Amino acid sequence: MLRTPIAMHIPDGFLSVPVSIFFWIISILVIGYALKRVSADLGERRVPLMGVLAAAIFAGQMLNFAVAGGTSGHLIGAALATILLGPWAAMVILTCVISVQALIFQDGGLLVLGTNIFNMAIVAVTVSYMVYHSVRWLAGSKSWGVYASGFIAAWTSVVVAALGTAMELAVSGTSPANIAIPAMGGIHALIGIGEGLITVGALAFLRASRRDLLRSDEAGPPRGRLVWVAGLALALLLAVASPLASRHPDGLMQVAAQYGFLTSARDPFFRLVPHYLFPGIENKTLATILAAVLGTLIVFGVVLGVAFARRRKSSSDGGQNNMTPG
Amino acid sequence: MHIHFLDPYRPRNSLVHRLDPRIKLVLAVAFILTNALLPSGAWPFYILLFALILSVEVISDLGMAYVLKRSSLALPFMLAALPLIFTIPGVSLFSFSVGPWQIHASLQGLERFISISIKSWLSVQAAIVLAASTSFPDLLVAMRALYVPQLLVSVFGLMWRYMFVLVDEASRLLRARSARSGQSDLPGARTGGSLSWRARVTGGMAGSLFLRAFERSDRIYMAMVSRGYDGEVRALPLPQVQPTQWVVLVAGLGLLVAFLGLALLVWG
Repeated sequence: MLRTPIAMHIPDGFLSVPVSIFFWIISILVIGYALKRVSADLGERRVPLMGVLAAAIFAGQMLNFAVAGGTSGHLIGAALATILLGPWAAMVILTCVISVQALIFQDGGLLVLGTNIFNMAIVAVTVSYMVYHSVRWLAGSKSWGVYASGFIAAWTSVVVAALGTAMELAVSGTSPANIAIPAMGGIHALIGIGEGLITVGALAFLRASRRDLLRSDEAGPPRGRLVWVAGLALALLLAVASPLASRHPDGLMQVAAQYGFLTSARDPFFRLVPHYLFPGIENKTLATILAAVLGTLIVFGVVLGVAFARRRKSSSDGGQNNMTPG
Repeated sequence: MHIHFLDPYRPRNSLVHRLDPRIKLVLAVAFILTNALLPSGAWPFYILLFALILSVEVISDLGMAYVLKRSSLALPFMLAALPLIFTIPGVSLFSFSVGPWQIHASLQGLERFISISIKSWLSVQAAIVLAASTSFPDLLVAMRALYVPQLLVSVFGLMWRYMFVLVDEASRLLRARSARSGQSDLPGARTGGSLSWRARVTGGMAGSLFLRAFERSDRIYMAMVSRGYDGEVRALPLPQVQPTQWVVLVAGLGLLVAFLGLALLVWG
Protein backbone atom coordinates (compact mmCIF):
# COMPACT_ATOMS: atom_id res chain seq x y z
CA MET A 1 0.00 0.00 0.00
CA LEU A 2 2.81 2.35 0.82
CA ARG A 3 5.02 1.26 -1.98
CA THR A 4 4.77 3.49 -4.96
CA PRO A 5 4.42 1.26 -8.00
CA ILE A 6 6.70 3.54 -9.93
CA ALA A 7 9.82 1.90 -11.25
CA MET A 8 11.97 4.85 -10.40
CA HIS A 9 13.39 3.95 -7.00
CA ILE A 10 16.57 2.18 -8.07
CA PRO A 11 17.60 -0.52 -5.56
CA ASP A 12 21.21 -1.14 -4.53
CA GLY A 13 23.20 -3.34 -6.87
CA PHE A 14 21.79 -1.82 -10.04
CA LEU A 15 24.19 1.06 -10.43
CA SER A 16 27.93 0.88 -10.68
CA VAL A 17 29.92 2.53 -7.91
CA PRO A 18 31.34 5.40 -10.02
CA VAL A 19 27.84 6.33 -11.20
CA SER A 20 26.51 6.21 -7.63
CA ILE A 21 29.32 8.37 -6.31
CA PHE A 22 29.07 10.86 -9.16
CA PHE A 23 25.38 11.49 -8.48
CA TRP A 24 25.94 11.56 -4.72
CA ILE A 25 28.35 14.46 -5.21
CA ILE A 26 25.95 16.37 -7.47
CA SER A 27 23.03 15.78 -5.12
CA ILE A 28 24.97 16.85 -2.04
CA LEU A 29 26.03 20.07 -3.72
CA VAL A 30 22.56 20.93 -5.02
CA ILE A 31 20.69 20.00 -1.84
CA GLY A 32 23.25 21.88 0.24
CA TYR A 33 22.56 24.99 -1.80
CA ALA A 34 18.80 24.36 -1.63
CA LEU A 35 18.99 24.19 2.18
CA LYS A 36 20.72 27.54 2.25
CA ARG A 37 18.11 29.10 -0.02
CA VAL A 38 15.25 27.61 1.96
CA SER A 39 16.66 28.98 5.20
CA ALA A 40 16.79 32.43 3.67
CA ASP A 41 13.29 32.20 2.16
CA LEU A 42 11.32 30.57 4.93
CA GLY A 43 13.23 31.64 8.01
CA GLU A 44 11.97 30.26 11.30
CA ARG A 45 9.12 28.37 9.72
CA ARG A 46 11.34 26.14 7.60
CA VAL A 47 11.48 23.11 9.90
CA PRO A 48 7.77 22.70 10.71
CA LEU A 49 6.67 23.64 7.21
CA MET A 50 9.00 21.33 5.35
CA GLY A 51 8.70 18.49 7.83
CA VAL A 52 4.92 18.38 7.71
CA LEU A 53 4.76 18.86 3.95
CA ALA A 54 7.29 16.07 3.40
CA ALA A 55 5.01 13.87 5.48
CA ALA A 56 2.09 15.06 3.34
CA ILE A 57 3.85 14.16 0.09
CA PHE A 58 4.74 10.79 1.55
CA ALA A 59 1.11 10.17 2.55
CA GLY A 60 -0.17 11.68 -0.69
CA GLN A 61 1.60 8.96 -2.66
CA MET A 62 -1.01 6.58 -1.25
CA LEU A 63 -3.75 8.40 -3.13
CA ASN A 64 -4.69 6.62 -6.31
CA PHE A 65 -7.52 6.16 -8.75
CA ALA A 66 -8.49 3.23 -10.92
CA VAL A 67 -7.46 3.59 -14.55
CA ALA A 68 -8.26 0.38 -16.41
CA GLY A 69 -7.55 -3.31 -16.10
CA GLY A 70 -6.45 -3.17 -12.48
CA THR A 71 -3.88 -0.45 -13.01
CA SER A 72 -4.09 2.81 -11.15
CA GLY A 73 -2.87 6.36 -11.39
CA HIS A 74 -0.79 7.72 -8.53
CA LEU A 75 0.40 10.99 -7.20
CA ILE A 76 4.18 11.44 -7.07
CA GLY A 77 4.01 15.06 -6.08
CA ALA A 78 7.19 16.67 -7.41
CA ALA A 79 5.31 19.08 -9.67
CA LEU A 80 2.67 19.92 -7.07
CA ALA A 81 5.30 20.67 -4.44
CA THR A 82 7.27 22.79 -6.89
CA ILE A 83 4.23 24.81 -7.96
CA LEU A 84 3.13 25.49 -4.41
CA LEU A 85 6.41 25.97 -2.58
CA GLY A 86 8.99 26.93 -5.15
CA PRO A 87 11.90 24.83 -6.34
CA TRP A 88 14.23 24.93 -3.34
CA ALA A 89 11.73 23.90 -0.71
CA ALA A 90 10.34 21.25 -3.07
CA MET A 91 13.81 19.77 -3.55
CA VAL A 92 14.41 19.53 0.18
CA ILE A 93 10.98 18.04 0.80
CA LEU A 94 11.34 15.41 -1.90
CA THR A 95 14.85 14.59 -0.68
CA CYS A 96 13.35 13.84 2.73
CA VAL A 97 10.60 11.71 1.23
CA ILE A 98 13.01 9.70 -0.91
CA SER A 99 15.51 9.25 1.92
CA VAL A 100 12.87 7.99 4.34
CA GLN A 101 11.53 5.63 1.69
CA ALA A 102 15.03 4.23 1.23
CA LEU A 103 16.10 4.13 4.87
CA ILE A 104 12.90 2.81 6.37
CA PHE A 105 10.98 1.04 3.65
CA GLN A 106 13.83 -0.13 1.40
CA ASP A 107 12.11 1.58 -1.47
CA GLY A 108 15.31 2.37 -3.32
CA GLY A 109 18.83 1.62 -2.13
CA LEU A 110 21.20 3.45 0.21
CA LEU A 111 24.33 3.58 -1.92
CA VAL A 112 22.23 4.71 -4.89
CA LEU A 113 20.23 7.17 -2.79
CA GLY A 114 22.19 10.07 -4.26
CA THR A 115 21.10 9.03 -7.73
CA ASN A 116 17.49 8.59 -6.69
CA ILE A 117 17.55 12.04 -5.11
CA PHE A 118 19.04 13.42 -8.29
CA ASN A 119 16.29 11.90 -10.46
CA MET A 120 13.24 12.42 -8.31
CA ALA A 121 14.10 15.54 -6.35
CA ILE A 122 16.49 17.53 -8.52
CA VAL A 123 15.59 16.63 -12.11
CA ALA A 124 11.85 16.34 -11.49
CA VAL A 125 11.69 19.63 -9.58
CA THR A 126 13.86 21.75 -11.86
CA VAL A 127 12.12 20.43 -14.96
CA SER A 128 8.63 20.97 -13.59
CA TYR A 129 9.61 24.46 -12.46
CA MET A 130 10.92 25.31 -15.89
CA VAL A 131 7.90 23.87 -17.71
CA TYR A 132 5.30 25.30 -15.34
CA HIS A 133 6.60 28.82 -15.54
CA SER A 134 7.25 28.74 -19.25
CA VAL A 135 3.74 27.53 -20.09
CA ARG A 136 2.25 29.88 -17.53
CA TRP A 137 4.06 32.76 -19.14
CA LEU A 138 2.97 31.70 -22.63
CA ALA A 139 -0.64 31.36 -21.54
CA GLY A 140 -0.68 34.91 -20.21
CA SER A 141 -3.54 35.68 -17.88
CA LYS A 142 -5.88 32.99 -19.22
CA SER A 143 -7.54 31.01 -16.48
CA TRP A 144 -6.71 27.65 -18.08
CA GLY A 145 -3.03 28.59 -17.89
CA VAL A 146 -2.67 27.19 -14.39
CA TYR A 147 -4.17 23.84 -15.33
CA ALA A 148 -2.41 23.44 -18.65
CA SER A 149 0.95 24.33 -17.18
CA GLY A 150 0.33 22.14 -14.13
CA PHE A 151 -0.51 19.15 -16.30
CA ILE A 152 2.41 19.58 -18.67
CA ALA A 153 4.83 20.22 -15.82
CA ALA A 154 3.72 17.09 -13.98
CA TRP A 155 3.86 14.91 -17.08
CA THR A 156 7.26 16.20 -18.19
CA SER A 157 8.80 15.86 -14.74
CA VAL A 158 7.82 12.20 -14.53
CA VAL A 159 8.98 11.33 -18.04
CA VAL A 160 12.28 13.20 -17.87
CA ALA A 161 13.10 11.71 -14.46
CA ALA A 162 12.36 8.26 -15.87
CA LEU A 163 14.64 8.88 -18.85
CA GLY A 164 17.35 9.89 -16.41
CA THR A 165 16.86 6.67 -14.48
CA ALA A 166 17.07 4.60 -17.65
CA MET A 167 20.24 6.37 -18.76
CA GLU A 168 21.90 5.74 -15.40
CA LEU A 169 20.99 2.06 -15.57
CA ALA A 170 22.36 1.89 -19.09
CA VAL A 171 25.62 3.63 -18.21
CA SER A 172 26.03 1.22 -15.29
CA GLY A 173 25.59 -1.66 -17.68
CA THR A 174 22.67 -3.15 -15.79
CA SER A 175 20.04 -2.56 -18.41
CA PRO A 176 20.63 -2.26 -22.15
CA ALA A 177 20.01 1.27 -23.37
CA ASN A 178 17.99 0.26 -26.41
CA ILE A 179 15.46 -1.55 -24.19
CA ALA A 180 15.55 0.41 -20.92
CA ILE A 181 15.11 3.87 -22.41
CA PRO A 182 12.05 3.23 -24.57
CA ALA A 183 10.52 0.98 -21.90
CA MET A 184 10.99 3.43 -19.04
CA GLY A 185 9.99 6.37 -21.22
CA GLY A 186 6.90 4.58 -22.49
CA ILE A 187 5.65 3.38 -19.12
CA HIS A 188 6.21 6.75 -17.53
CA ALA A 189 4.55 8.58 -20.40
CA LEU A 190 1.40 6.78 -19.20
CA ILE A 191 2.12 7.19 -15.48
CA GLY A 192 2.75 10.87 -16.19
CA ILE A 193 -0.80 11.30 -17.46
CA GLY A 194 -2.17 10.09 -14.12
CA GLU A 195 0.21 12.36 -12.27
CA GLY A 196 -0.78 15.27 -14.51
CA LEU A 197 -4.51 14.70 -13.97
CA ILE A 198 -4.15 14.48 -10.19
CA THR A 199 -1.98 17.60 -10.15
CA VAL A 200 -4.62 19.48 -12.13
CA GLY A 201 -7.33 18.27 -9.73
CA ALA A 202 -5.27 19.42 -6.76
CA LEU A 203 -4.63 22.81 -8.36
CA ALA A 204 -8.36 23.21 -9.09
CA PHE A 205 -9.17 22.42 -5.46
CA LEU A 206 -6.58 24.84 -4.12
CA ARG A 207 -7.62 27.56 -6.53
CA ALA A 208 -11.16 27.29 -5.27
CA SER A 209 -10.29 27.13 -1.58
CA ARG A 210 -7.00 28.96 -1.05
CA ARG A 211 -6.22 31.03 -4.08
CA ASP A 212 -3.53 32.90 -2.17
CA LEU A 213 -1.33 29.79 -2.19
CA LEU A 214 -1.21 29.90 -5.96
CA ARG A 215 -1.06 33.64 -6.37
CA SER A 216 2.56 34.15 -5.42
CA ASP A 217 3.64 32.72 -8.75
CA GLU A 218 0.91 34.09 -10.92
CA ALA A 219 2.47 37.00 -12.74
CA GLY A 220 5.32 37.55 -15.08
CA PRO A 221 8.21 35.52 -16.38
CA PRO A 222 10.00 33.10 -14.06
CA ARG A 223 12.02 34.70 -11.31
CA GLY A 224 14.40 31.94 -10.30
CA ARG A 225 16.46 32.13 -13.45
CA LEU A 226 19.07 29.63 -12.27
CA VAL A 227 16.53 26.86 -11.75
CA TRP A 228 14.78 27.70 -14.99
CA VAL A 229 17.98 27.40 -17.02
CA ALA A 230 19.00 24.22 -15.18
CA GLY A 231 15.58 22.71 -15.82
CA LEU A 232 15.76 23.54 -19.49
CA ALA A 233 19.26 22.14 -19.77
CA LEU A 234 18.34 18.89 -17.99
CA ALA A 235 15.16 18.43 -19.99
CA LEU A 236 16.94 19.04 -23.29
CA LEU A 237 19.90 16.89 -22.35
CA LEU A 238 17.77 13.91 -21.39
CA ALA A 239 15.23 14.35 -24.16
CA VAL A 240 17.92 14.59 -26.82
CA ALA A 241 20.48 12.20 -25.40
CA SER A 242 18.18 9.32 -24.58
CA PRO A 243 16.81 8.62 -28.07
CA LEU A 244 20.37 8.86 -29.36
CA ALA A 245 21.61 6.49 -26.70
CA SER A 246 18.82 4.03 -27.31
CA ARG A 247 19.52 4.00 -31.02
CA HIS A 248 23.22 3.46 -30.50
CA PRO A 249 23.44 1.49 -27.27
CA ASP A 250 26.94 0.31 -28.13
CA GLY A 251 28.13 3.89 -28.15
CA LEU A 252 26.97 4.36 -24.57
CA MET A 253 28.51 1.06 -23.54
CA GLN A 254 31.78 2.09 -25.14
CA VAL A 255 31.83 5.39 -23.31
CA ALA A 256 30.96 3.62 -20.10
CA ALA A 257 33.69 1.04 -20.58
CA GLN A 258 36.19 3.75 -21.41
CA TYR A 259 35.52 5.59 -18.19
CA GLY A 260 35.61 2.41 -16.19
CA PHE A 261 31.93 2.24 -15.29
CA LEU A 262 31.69 -1.30 -16.51
CA THR A 263 34.55 -2.81 -14.58
CA SER A 264 32.58 -5.96 -14.00
CA ALA A 265 31.34 -6.33 -17.54
CA ARG A 266 34.80 -6.15 -19.01
CA ASP A 267 36.24 -9.57 -18.33
CA PRO A 268 33.66 -11.87 -19.95
CA PHE A 269 34.61 -10.64 -23.41
CA PHE A 270 37.95 -12.37 -23.51
CA ARG A 271 37.13 -15.50 -21.60
CA LEU A 272 35.67 -17.12 -24.65
CA VAL A 273 38.72 -19.25 -25.47
CA PRO A 274 37.84 -22.75 -24.26
CA HIS A 275 41.23 -23.90 -23.03
CA TYR A 276 41.56 -20.74 -21.04
CA LEU A 277 38.08 -21.10 -19.59
CA PHE A 278 38.39 -24.69 -18.51
CA PRO A 279 40.98 -24.59 -15.69
CA GLY A 280 39.47 -21.31 -14.57
CA ILE A 281 36.10 -22.92 -14.07
CA GLU A 282 37.63 -25.80 -12.17
CA ASN A 283 39.31 -23.46 -9.71
CA LYS A 284 36.23 -21.35 -9.40
CA THR A 285 34.01 -24.32 -8.70
CA LEU A 286 36.40 -25.39 -6.00
CA ALA A 287 36.44 -21.91 -4.52
CA THR A 288 32.65 -21.74 -4.62
CA ILE A 289 32.28 -25.05 -2.85
CA LEU A 290 34.82 -23.95 -0.27
CA ALA A 291 32.94 -20.72 0.30
CA ALA A 292 29.66 -22.60 0.64
CA VAL A 293 31.14 -24.91 3.26
CA LEU A 294 32.73 -22.02 5.11
CA GLY A 295 29.52 -19.98 4.94
CA THR A 296 27.42 -22.85 6.22
CA LEU A 297 29.86 -23.37 9.08
CA ILE A 298 29.74 -19.68 10.02
CA VAL A 299 25.95 -19.54 10.04
CA PHE A 300 25.71 -22.85 11.85
CA GLY A 301 28.15 -21.63 14.49
CA VAL A 302 26.19 -18.43 14.96
CA VAL A 303 22.90 -20.31 15.27
CA LEU A 304 24.44 -22.62 17.87
CA GLY A 305 25.91 -19.68 19.75
CA VAL A 306 22.63 -17.77 19.83
CA ALA A 307 20.67 -20.87 20.86
CA PHE A 308 23.18 -21.62 23.61
CA ALA A 309 23.14 -18.05 24.92
CA ARG A 310 19.37 -18.01 24.97
CA ARG A 311 19.15 -21.31 26.78
CA ARG A 312 21.62 -20.23 29.42
CA LYS A 313 19.72 -16.99 29.91
CA SER A 314 16.36 -18.68 30.30
CA SER A 315 17.76 -21.25 32.75
CA SER A 316 19.51 -18.59 34.82
CA ASP A 317 16.34 -16.50 34.88
CA GLY A 318 14.70 -19.51 36.50
CA GLY A 319 11.06 -19.74 37.50
CA GLN A 320 10.43 -16.12 38.43
CA ASN A 321 11.00 -15.06 34.85
CA ASN A 322 8.62 -12.23 34.11
CA MET A 323 10.30 -11.00 30.98
CA THR A 324 7.98 -10.79 28.06
CA PRO A 325 9.48 -12.18 24.90
CA GLY A 326 10.11 -9.86 22.02
CA MET B 1 -3.67 1.72 10.78
CA HIS B 2 -1.13 3.04 13.26
CA ILE B 3 2.50 3.04 14.12
CA HIS B 4 2.82 -0.75 13.99
CA PHE B 5 1.66 -0.91 10.45
CA LEU B 6 4.17 1.63 9.18
CA ASP B 7 7.20 1.51 11.41
CA PRO B 8 9.54 -1.34 10.48
CA TYR B 9 11.40 -1.05 13.79
CA ARG B 10 11.05 -4.26 15.78
CA PRO B 11 12.26 -3.84 19.33
CA ARG B 12 14.33 -6.80 20.53
CA ASN B 13 17.08 -7.20 23.03
CA SER B 14 19.78 -8.48 20.72
CA LEU B 15 23.42 -7.58 20.18
CA VAL B 16 22.52 -6.03 16.83
CA HIS B 17 19.87 -3.83 18.44
CA ARG B 18 22.33 -2.70 21.10
CA LEU B 19 25.00 -1.77 18.59
CA ASP B 20 25.56 1.96 18.27
CA PRO B 21 23.35 3.31 15.47
CA ARG B 22 26.26 5.21 13.95
CA ILE B 23 28.29 2.04 13.65
CA LYS B 24 25.32 0.12 12.33
CA LEU B 25 24.71 2.68 9.60
CA VAL B 26 28.37 2.73 8.57
CA LEU B 27 28.57 -1.06 8.52
CA ALA B 28 25.34 -1.38 6.53
CA VAL B 29 26.58 1.09 3.92
CA ALA B 30 29.99 -0.61 3.85
CA PHE B 31 28.29 -3.96 3.30
CA ILE B 32 26.27 -2.55 0.43
CA LEU B 33 29.36 -0.88 -1.04
CA THR B 34 31.33 -4.13 -0.85
CA ASN B 35 28.49 -5.83 -2.64
CA ALA B 36 28.46 -3.22 -5.34
CA LEU B 37 32.23 -3.44 -5.85
CA LEU B 38 32.36 -7.23 -6.16
CA PRO B 39 32.93 -8.35 -9.73
CA SER B 40 30.19 -10.06 -11.64
CA GLY B 41 30.14 -13.83 -11.13
CA ALA B 42 32.26 -13.89 -7.97
CA TRP B 43 30.07 -16.64 -6.52
CA PRO B 44 32.22 -17.64 -3.52
CA PHE B 45 32.16 -14.09 -2.25
CA TYR B 46 28.42 -13.78 -2.68
CA ILE B 47 28.09 -16.90 -0.58
CA LEU B 48 30.39 -15.50 2.10
CA LEU B 49 28.52 -12.20 2.20
CA PHE B 50 25.25 -14.09 2.37
CA ALA B 51 26.61 -16.11 5.31
CA LEU B 52 27.65 -12.86 6.94
CA ILE B 53 24.27 -11.15 6.61
CA LEU B 54 22.47 -14.36 7.55
CA SER B 55 24.53 -14.55 10.75
CA VAL B 56 23.66 -10.96 11.57
CA GLU B 57 20.00 -11.76 10.99
CA VAL B 58 20.23 -14.76 13.33
CA ILE B 59 21.93 -12.68 16.01
CA SER B 60 19.48 -9.82 15.56
CA ASP B 61 16.57 -12.07 16.56
CA LEU B 62 14.34 -10.45 13.93
CA GLY B 63 13.18 -13.71 12.46
CA MET B 64 14.34 -15.07 9.16
CA ALA B 65 10.81 -15.05 7.75
CA TYR B 66 10.41 -11.35 8.42
CA VAL B 67 13.63 -10.37 6.66
CA LEU B 68 13.10 -12.69 3.72
CA LYS B 69 9.54 -11.56 3.22
CA ARG B 70 10.52 -7.92 3.20
CA SER B 71 13.50 -8.54 0.93
CA SER B 72 11.26 -10.03 -1.73
CA LEU B 73 9.68 -6.63 -2.15
CA ALA B 74 12.77 -5.46 -4.03
CA LEU B 75 12.56 -8.25 -6.60
CA PRO B 76 10.32 -6.61 -9.24
CA PHE B 77 13.09 -4.22 -10.20
CA MET B 78 15.09 -7.18 -11.51
CA LEU B 79 12.93 -6.94 -14.60
CA ALA B 80 15.10 -3.99 -15.59
CA ALA B 81 18.18 -6.21 -15.76
CA LEU B 82 16.46 -9.18 -17.43
CA PRO B 83 17.16 -8.02 -21.03
CA LEU B 84 20.91 -8.32 -20.30
CA ILE B 85 20.61 -12.08 -20.78
CA PHE B 86 19.86 -11.45 -24.42
CA THR B 87 21.98 -8.41 -25.18
CA ILE B 88 25.40 -9.30 -23.80
CA PRO B 89 27.34 -11.25 -26.40
CA GLY B 90 28.87 -14.55 -25.38
CA VAL B 91 28.47 -18.31 -25.39
CA SER B 92 24.96 -19.03 -26.61
CA LEU B 93 22.73 -20.89 -24.16
CA PHE B 94 19.61 -21.16 -26.28
CA SER B 95 17.95 -19.11 -28.93
CA PHE B 96 14.46 -18.60 -30.20
CA SER B 97 12.84 -16.40 -32.77
CA VAL B 98 10.14 -13.85 -32.23
CA GLY B 99 8.76 -12.82 -35.60
CA PRO B 100 11.67 -11.65 -37.73
CA TRP B 101 14.13 -11.48 -34.81
CA GLN B 102 16.45 -14.22 -33.70
CA ILE B 103 17.11 -13.90 -29.97
CA HIS B 104 20.12 -15.49 -28.29
CA ALA B 105 20.49 -15.97 -24.58
CA SER B 106 24.14 -15.86 -23.58
CA LEU B 107 25.94 -17.45 -20.67
CA GLN B 108 27.70 -14.18 -19.89
CA GLY B 109 24.41 -12.30 -19.93
CA LEU B 110 22.82 -14.83 -17.59
CA GLU B 111 25.82 -14.63 -15.27
CA ARG B 112 25.56 -10.87 -15.13
CA PHE B 113 21.81 -10.91 -14.55
CA ILE B 114 22.08 -13.40 -11.70
CA SER B 115 24.99 -11.46 -10.18
CA ILE B 116 23.01 -8.22 -10.20
CA SER B 117 19.99 -9.92 -8.68
CA ILE B 118 22.01 -11.54 -5.89
CA LYS B 119 23.89 -8.34 -5.09
CA SER B 120 20.69 -6.35 -4.96
CA TRP B 121 19.00 -8.96 -2.77
CA LEU B 122 21.93 -9.05 -0.32
CA SER B 123 22.07 -5.26 -0.13
CA VAL B 124 18.38 -4.99 0.58
CA GLN B 125 18.74 -7.43 3.46
CA ALA B 126 21.39 -5.23 5.07
CA ALA B 127 19.07 -2.24 4.77
CA ILE B 128 16.21 -4.23 6.28
CA VAL B 129 18.28 -5.32 9.27
CA LEU B 130 19.35 -1.72 9.78
CA ALA B 131 15.79 -0.36 9.66
CA ALA B 132 14.31 -3.17 11.74
CA SER B 133 16.92 -3.03 14.51
CA THR B 134 17.34 0.76 14.80
CA SER B 135 14.62 3.15 15.89
CA PHE B 136 14.21 6.26 13.81
CA PRO B 137 15.46 8.69 16.48
CA ASP B 138 18.62 6.56 16.67
CA LEU B 139 18.99 6.80 12.90
CA LEU B 140 18.75 10.57 13.23
CA VAL B 141 21.67 10.47 15.68
CA ALA B 142 23.61 8.39 13.17
CA MET B 143 22.85 10.86 10.41
CA ARG B 144 24.05 13.76 12.52
CA ALA B 145 27.26 11.94 13.30
CA LEU B 146 27.80 11.39 9.58
CA TYR B 147 27.58 15.13 8.93
CA VAL B 148 24.12 15.28 7.42
CA PRO B 149 23.20 18.98 7.87
CA GLN B 150 21.42 19.66 11.14
CA LEU B 151 18.57 21.41 9.33
CA LEU B 152 17.90 18.37 7.17
CA VAL B 153 18.03 16.09 10.20
CA SER B 154 15.43 18.20 12.01
CA VAL B 155 13.18 18.14 8.97
CA PHE B 156 13.55 14.34 8.92
CA GLY B 157 12.62 14.21 12.58
CA LEU B 158 9.52 16.33 12.16
CA MET B 159 8.52 14.45 9.04
CA TRP B 160 8.74 11.19 10.93
CA ARG B 161 6.48 12.46 13.69
CA TYR B 162 3.79 13.68 11.36
CA MET B 163 4.04 10.92 8.79
CA PHE B 164 1.78 8.69 10.82
CA VAL B 165 -0.73 11.47 11.31
CA LEU B 166 -0.83 12.30 7.63
CA VAL B 167 -0.91 8.70 6.48
CA ASP B 168 -3.96 8.32 8.73
CA GLU B 169 -5.37 11.45 7.16
CA ALA B 170 -4.79 10.08 3.66
CA SER B 171 -6.37 6.75 4.51
CA ARG B 172 -9.39 8.60 5.95
CA LEU B 173 -9.72 10.45 2.66
CA LEU B 174 -9.55 7.16 0.79
CA ARG B 175 -12.11 5.56 3.11
CA ALA B 176 -14.44 8.52 2.66
CA ARG B 177 -14.18 8.19 -1.08
CA SER B 178 -15.02 4.48 -0.97
CA ALA B 179 -17.94 5.28 1.33
CA ARG B 180 -19.27 7.81 -1.16
CA SER B 181 -18.74 5.61 -4.19
CA GLY B 182 -21.51 3.20 -4.96
CA GLN B 183 -20.81 0.23 -7.15
CA SER B 184 -23.41 -1.73 -9.02
CA ASP B 185 -23.24 -5.13 -10.62
CA LEU B 186 -26.23 -4.42 -12.83
CA PRO B 187 -25.16 -4.66 -16.45
CA GLY B 188 -26.64 -1.34 -17.54
CA ALA B 189 -25.56 0.70 -14.55
CA ARG B 190 -22.60 2.96 -15.10
CA THR B 191 -20.51 3.49 -12.00
CA GLY B 192 -17.26 5.14 -11.21
CA GLY B 193 -17.60 8.09 -13.56
CA SER B 194 -15.16 8.95 -16.32
CA LEU B 195 -11.42 8.68 -15.99
CA SER B 196 -10.88 12.41 -15.80
CA TRP B 197 -13.63 12.72 -13.18
CA ARG B 198 -11.96 10.05 -11.04
CA ALA B 199 -8.64 11.78 -11.47
CA ARG B 200 -10.18 15.10 -10.50
CA VAL B 201 -11.68 13.63 -7.35
CA THR B 202 -8.30 12.16 -6.41
CA GLY B 203 -6.67 15.48 -7.20
CA GLY B 204 -9.12 17.18 -4.87
CA MET B 205 -8.12 14.72 -2.17
CA ALA B 206 -4.45 15.48 -2.78
CA GLY B 207 -5.17 19.20 -2.67
CA SER B 208 -7.08 18.94 0.56
CA LEU B 209 -4.41 16.72 2.12
CA PHE B 210 -1.84 19.32 1.15
CA LEU B 211 -3.95 22.15 2.51
CA ARG B 212 -4.56 20.40 5.80
CA ALA B 213 -0.84 19.71 6.13
CA PHE B 214 -0.09 23.33 5.33
CA GLU B 215 -2.47 24.59 7.99
CA ARG B 216 -1.23 22.00 10.43
CA SER B 217 2.34 23.17 9.90
CA ASP B 218 1.16 26.66 10.78
CA ARG B 219 -0.33 25.46 14.05
CA ILE B 220 2.79 23.45 14.82
CA TYR B 221 4.93 26.47 14.18
CA MET B 222 2.77 28.57 16.56
CA ALA B 223 2.99 25.85 19.18
CA MET B 224 6.75 25.70 18.79
CA VAL B 225 7.11 29.49 19.02
CA SER B 226 4.97 29.60 22.13
CA ARG B 227 7.35 27.08 23.68
CA GLY B 228 10.38 29.22 22.92
CA TYR B 229 11.40 28.11 19.43
CA ASP B 230 13.48 30.82 17.74
CA GLY B 231 14.33 29.16 14.46
CA GLU B 232 17.62 27.83 15.72
CA VAL B 233 17.91 24.07 15.59
CA ARG B 234 19.58 22.79 18.73
CA ALA B 235 20.47 19.27 19.65
CA LEU B 236 22.15 17.46 22.49
CA PRO B 237 25.80 16.63 21.88
CA LEU B 238 26.33 13.19 20.44
CA PRO B 239 27.06 10.48 22.99
CA GLN B 240 30.50 8.87 23.00
CA VAL B 241 30.97 5.63 21.09
CA GLN B 242 31.85 2.83 23.50
CA PRO B 243 35.28 1.18 23.03
CA THR B 244 33.73 -2.26 22.46
CA GLN B 245 31.61 -0.76 19.71
CA TRP B 246 34.71 0.56 17.99
CA VAL B 247 36.02 -2.99 17.98
CA VAL B 248 32.87 -4.15 16.18
CA LEU B 249 33.29 -1.39 13.63
CA VAL B 250 36.93 -2.18 12.94
CA ALA B 251 36.30 -5.92 12.80
CA GLY B 252 33.33 -5.53 10.47
CA LEU B 253 35.11 -3.15 8.13
CA GLY B 254 38.22 -5.32 8.21
CA LEU B 255 36.23 -8.38 7.23
CA LEU B 256 34.52 -6.59 4.37
CA VAL B 257 37.79 -5.11 3.09
CA ALA B 258 39.40 -8.55 3.27
CA PHE B 259 36.56 -10.09 1.25
CA LEU B 260 36.77 -7.34 -1.30
CA GLY B 261 40.54 -7.47 -1.58
CA LEU B 262 40.51 -11.21 -2.00
CA ALA B 263 37.71 -11.04 -4.56
CA LEU B 264 39.48 -8.41 -6.64
CA LEU B 265 42.80 -10.29 -6.43
CA VAL B 266 41.44 -13.70 -7.30
CA TRP B 267 38.60 -12.73 -9.60
CA GLY B 268 39.42 -9.32 -11.03
